[in-house]
Amino acid sequence: MSQSDRTAEELLKGLWKENPTFVQVLGMCPALAVTNSAVNAIVMGLATLFVLVASSGLVSMLRHFIPKQVRISTYIVIIATFVSVADLVLQATLPVVHKELGAFIPLIVVNCLILGRQEAFAAKNTVKLAIADAIGMGLGFTFALTLLGVVREILGSGSLFGMALFGPNYEPWVVMILPPGGFIMLGLILLVFSWVKQRRQARQARQADPAPKVGVA
Amino acid sequence: MSARQLDPGTTEPEAGPLKLVATLTIAGLLSGVAIVGAWQTTRPTILAYQAQVLKAAVFKVVPGAQGLQRLAWQGQTLAAEADPGGEGDDTPVVYGAYDASGALIGYAIPAEGAGFQDKIGLIYGYDPDASKIVGLRVLDSRETPGLGDKIIKDQEFVHGWDDLSTTPSIELVAHGKKAAPNQVEAISGATISSKAVMRIVSGSYADWAERLPKRADAPRQEITPAASPAKEVAP
Repeated sequence: MSQSDRTAEELLKGLWKENPTFVQVLGMCPALAVTNSAVNAIVMGLATLFVLVASSGLVSMLRHFIPKQVRISTYIVIIATFVSVADLVLQATLPVVHKELGAFIPLIVVNCLILGRQEAFAAKNTVKLAIADAIGMGLGFTFALTLLGVVREILGSGSLFGMALFGPNYEPWVVMILPPGGFIMLGLILLVFSWVKQRRQARQARQADPAPKVGVA
Repeated sequence: MSARQLDPGTTEPEAGPLKLVATLTIAGLLSGVAIVGAWQTTRPTILAYQAQVLKAAVFKVVPGAQGLQRLAWQGQTLAAEADPGGEGDDTPVVYGAYDASGALIGYAIPAEGAGFQDKIGLIYGYDPDASKIVGLRVLDSRETPGLGDKIIKDQEFVHGWDDLSTTPSIELVAHGKKAAPNQVEAISGATISSKAVMRIVSGSYADWAERLPKRADAPRQEITPAASPAKEVAP
């Protein structure tokens, strides 16, 4: 496999096949807590993407210098630094969203998705592959959060990106922007995800070996 | 574990304790430099925004205000106090709201307390001559969306504080039951949050309002713009 194929593969796997939220089921805390509106979800996704890409790049760059006994502490220092920077930049540039996200921005430090990628990937691969992996995982996470945020905001507030969709007579389905709505919507999306996956696997199996189909019939 | 053995980074000889300490020390040092750099770069913007939010809130709760100034007790007198701009400063302050000539027209009093889920932070306007609360805005709250957050969104409730007599004391009554000028109607469906707002204002009122000097005895707005937080706001 050529080098660029490998890079593209590492980039793409996070979007769908190994999507951090829907397949690996990592980073559930922000995925449930801040997806009550589309804007909050996107900003949280992008902040996580920034921290993930910056940390993965640096960890991969320093992978030969960090002794394994102190690697976790060093990763956490690196991640916490980028989170603090992201926190301050958001507070200065998007103060309203920053206030809504509240404690969940500092909590990016303990998002297991980020530490997980350092340990499982960045510490063992070249900078190029580590960054491709981080961008893919970060975009996959942003996509998942945005999907949850868009659906929950439409149902729970009757709006999208703060713009009312259904006119003044729409009675919002308030539970969707409350925590139970997050769990319900995540469960439904996981269901669709695994259904699609199962169908695809079944089709591939049939194409590879059509005999069992006859046997079943 | 085989993957780890293949990793070139970990097949090197064991690092000595000095190297371990050095790695963490350097990481901590670089982290400190990066965070302080970001903090110093973003601080002016963050402070300007906070001053702008405060100014907008003061002007909303004291109608007709055109200038503001931080006031704090220094012994027995209320005097202008420069904004130290630092965090962790918990001297209780109020904001004097002034007309164009620099005469006080009311106070904006910040207060906070427990809500249904988390702390509620608010600011209310007080006219010392009329003994009236003249406006209220909730600044910080994490009340339940769709229910408790009506303390911000329900205009009827918000404007219920626009002309509220404080004699003999302020009271919360059920929705549609207002019968006296010292009563505020609770929001139906958000009774706990309404009660929380009333409790916070009553508590703060008891601490502050009785002692605050009348308009004529209040400190005037200093003409030197340096002491005025309003100056920090870019036009």
